[in-house]
Amino acid sequence: MAIEFTLNGKRQSVDVVPQMPLLWVLRDTLGLTGTKFGCGMALCGACTVHINGQPTRSCTLPISMVAGKSVTTIEGLSADNTHPIQKAWIDVDVPQCGYCQSGQIMSAAALLAKKANPSDGDIDEAMRGNICRCGTYQEIREAIHRAAQYAKGGTR
Amino acid sequence: MNRRHFLKSTAVATGGLVLGFYLPDKLEAAVEPNNPGAKLNAWVHISPDDTVTLAIHKAEMGQGTVTSLAMLLAEELECDWNKIKTEFPGVDPEFGPVQGVVGSQSIRSSFDLLRKTGAAAREMLVSAAAQKWNVNVSDCRAENNAVVNTKTNARLSYGSLAEAASKLPVPAAPMMKDPSKFRIVGKPMKRRDTPMKVNGSAGFALDMKLPGMLYAVVARSAAFGGKITSFDATKAKAVPGVKNVVQISNGVAVVADNTWAAIEGRKALQLQVDDGPRGTTTSASIRKTFMDLAAKPGAVAHNEGNVEMAMAGAAKKIEAIYEAPYLAHSPMEPLNCTAHVTANSCDIWTGSQMQTAAQQAGMRITGLPADKVQIHTTFLGGGFGRRARVDFISEAIEVSKAVGVPVKLTWTREDDTQQDFYRPASYTTFAAGLDAQGWPVAWNARVVCPSFSGLRDGVDRTGVEGIPEVYEVPNMHVEYHPPDVGIPVSFWRSVGYSQNTFFTESFIDEMAAASGKDPLEFRRRLLAKQPRLLGVLNLAAEKIGWNTPPPAGRFRGIGLSPNVGSFEAQIAEISVNQGKVRVHRVVCAVDCGYTVNPATIVHQVRGGIVFGLTAALKGAITIDRGRVEQSNFNNYEMLRIDEMPVIDVYIVPSTQRVGGMGELSVPGTAPAVTNAIFKATGKRIRQLPIRLTNLA
Repeated sequence: MAIEFTLNGKRQSVDVVPQMPLLWVLRDTLGLTGTKFGCGMALCGACTVHINGQPTRSCTLPISMVAGKSVTTIEGLSADNTHPIQKAWIDVDVPQCGYCQSGQIMSAAALLAKKANPSDGDIDEAMRGNICRCGTYQEIREAIHRAAQYAKGGTR
Repeated sequence: MNRRHFLKSTAVATGGLVLGFYLPDKLEAAVEPNNPGAKLNAWVHISPDDTVTLAIHKAEMGQGTVTSLAMLLAEELECDWNKIKTEFPGVDPEFGPVQGVVGSQSIRSSFDLLRKTGAAAREMLVSAAAQKWNVNVSDCRAENNAVVNTKTNARLSYGSLAEAASKLPVPAAPMMKDPSKFRIVGKPMKRRDTPMKVNGSAGFALDMKLPGMLYAVVARSAAFGGKITSFDATKAKAVPGVKNVVQISNGVAVVADNTWAAIEGRKALQLQVDDGPRGTTTSASIRKTFMDLAAKPGAVAHNEGNVEMAMAGAAKKIEAIYEAPYLAHSPMEPLNCTAHVTANSCDIWTGSQMQTAAQQAGMRITGLPADKVQIHTTFLGGGFGRRARVDFISEAIEVSKAVGVPVKLTWTREDDTQQDFYRPASYTTFAAGLDAQGWPVAWNARVVCPSFSGLRDGVDRTGVEGIPEVYEVPNMHVEYHPPDVGIPVSFWRSVGYSQNTFFTESFIDEMAAASGKDPLEFRRRLLAKQPRLLGVLNLAAEKIGWNTPPPAGRFRGIGLSPNVGSFEAQIAEISVNQGKVRVHRVVCAVDCGYTVNPATIVHQVRGGIVFGLTAALKGAITIDRGRVEQSNFNNYEMLRIDEMPVIDVYIVPSTQRVGGMGELSVPGTAPAVTNAIFKATGKRIRQLPIRLTNLA
């Protein structure tokens, strides 16, 4: 049975097993591979997307639960790397291997949408679900603070 | 003399590197029809539109090779940084006998080679321009992707010169720049791969998709050395999306039209498994094997002076036993490989740290010659040594061969945690004799650590590295035992130093404490003949302000190591509250000789410290019934952002030969933290990971 939802602002319909996690629908069925598989148990955050604006682990979310909702993936964050989080990520040169960064960026973007000027404690709270094995945490923290400045129209 | 011959003789003269320059008869094959232009050598391809494509013959797993190697080429080639493209070439003997990325070698092994390659290409372009203008090459200068006629100021773009240049002889000894003239190398450069890593477009192997491709996962024996003796695939085949179930040498592959269906199908497999001869192995039985060996003399790995005599005459003796556990690599991108095997071709898309071995696996499994087995290198979502193994690549090739279509084979996180080639566990006994003034006169070590890189006179150097070569002690004796307990082991970021630096830096701290001496002063004296180690230690001490007390409730500890041709010293600042360790700050000084990209160095040092801290605080792979007990990030935990210390990195300016960086800062972290814990609590941590219950 077809399941309908909004994906990066466009209507999307998929006909898959209802238990299939959103992650694999995005990656294997729809070919949106920016969202990553890391653990399959919502432990590492690599698969983070926004569901109705909320950061959500897509690896454990059955596609049936997404029906009628709005999904934003890393591909939908901006058309041209201009989201303040992406700009800050580029300016701080955050990624190393880069594999976890889609999830880091989606978590950070959700944090910034909720708190315009997050404290270090806010960053810890919002980002501790995202593992980076390369250890880019110091750069991630710096980039989130910087993105908060950009979002307010601050100087670079 | 043909070109290859010509260059090979050059290569021998410069230290055995095979400089594989382009052979003219391969031009047509090498240049794609939709990408016309000329290849000046294996690394440099210039298009008529002036784009310079540089081949990155290593792999990018976060260590910044795409940027750093491009910097080396671009510097000597005098090209416009903004007109450069990079690509990962296939396996080609022109890139050397073994194409791979291990041992923090990318820059070390490429520094002279790529500069020379860039300079040779530049001289060919200059010669082509000189011929067109009919002037001497001394009247021409390369700058910013063009050759300038210094008399007339006429310019010819590289794009317009490339074809003519490609037909010229390759200079044997091109003139390289004086490093003082570098405008790219040595400057902090932004990573070339960042923009594509912030929007999901960077291509990792797991993102591969080919027409008609199927998705596979493999069921394997959970116990090491065990095997699946029979299986019933009826229920697996009933899972929607499952297309096929095939036996391969490593286990049983479930092939489906998406990854999730393959995973679900694997759950439904009914397997008969023989756990094999190691099926009763436990961590306790392994430890007992190690302890029994530690009671017996081992192969002599190092001997200096006469430890027995010196020990007999020592005023004070101290002994300690140190232990480190097995560790998994846990790259964030689970292992995976896409393979497409046909009757006369084998294409492999993967993130490998050992492309040559990947190609050999393809040749072995398909029977095809090297030129029919193409390795397509993607970005690696972390490697840390795990991706130098090709087991997962062999599996994908076998499955594609069996089912006759392209197959993407994916390991789940559980597979990754439980079927790794682990950092070996180690059990090491130390004894030291101190003289009346408290200085060490004798050091005895016996290392019990599984071997994976071959024994020479009974010793695997990776098992003992980091113990004998650091401190000046007049009498030193190191023995080694390689127990075979059936747990697969291999290279893990910083290899033997990852455990041995924890042991030696802790034991040196024990000696200093037993002598009542300041651990910094104690080390300084014993490092008198190690100027570069002393240099990083002094810089770290200066930057943290060792002589000024830390903030109330905080304590400092030191760890240092020489490894991968470079030097690191770290000082950690920690607190202990109710049995919980908090690492607030780490100051790290490094000396890696000549620096290529200082920005990358800072990031790699921080990353290495996080890697070391994760192991120190959390890492332990334990064994029961011959299999790994941990499975995912809930029971094999990683450091997270809320536990991240502030890390300050300082680079010792140096014109020494360029050293490695990717692994450098892993070893010093654990002892810096545990030595600080000793300062805070008086308790000596001799086993990793740090058990918090011992500190309450």
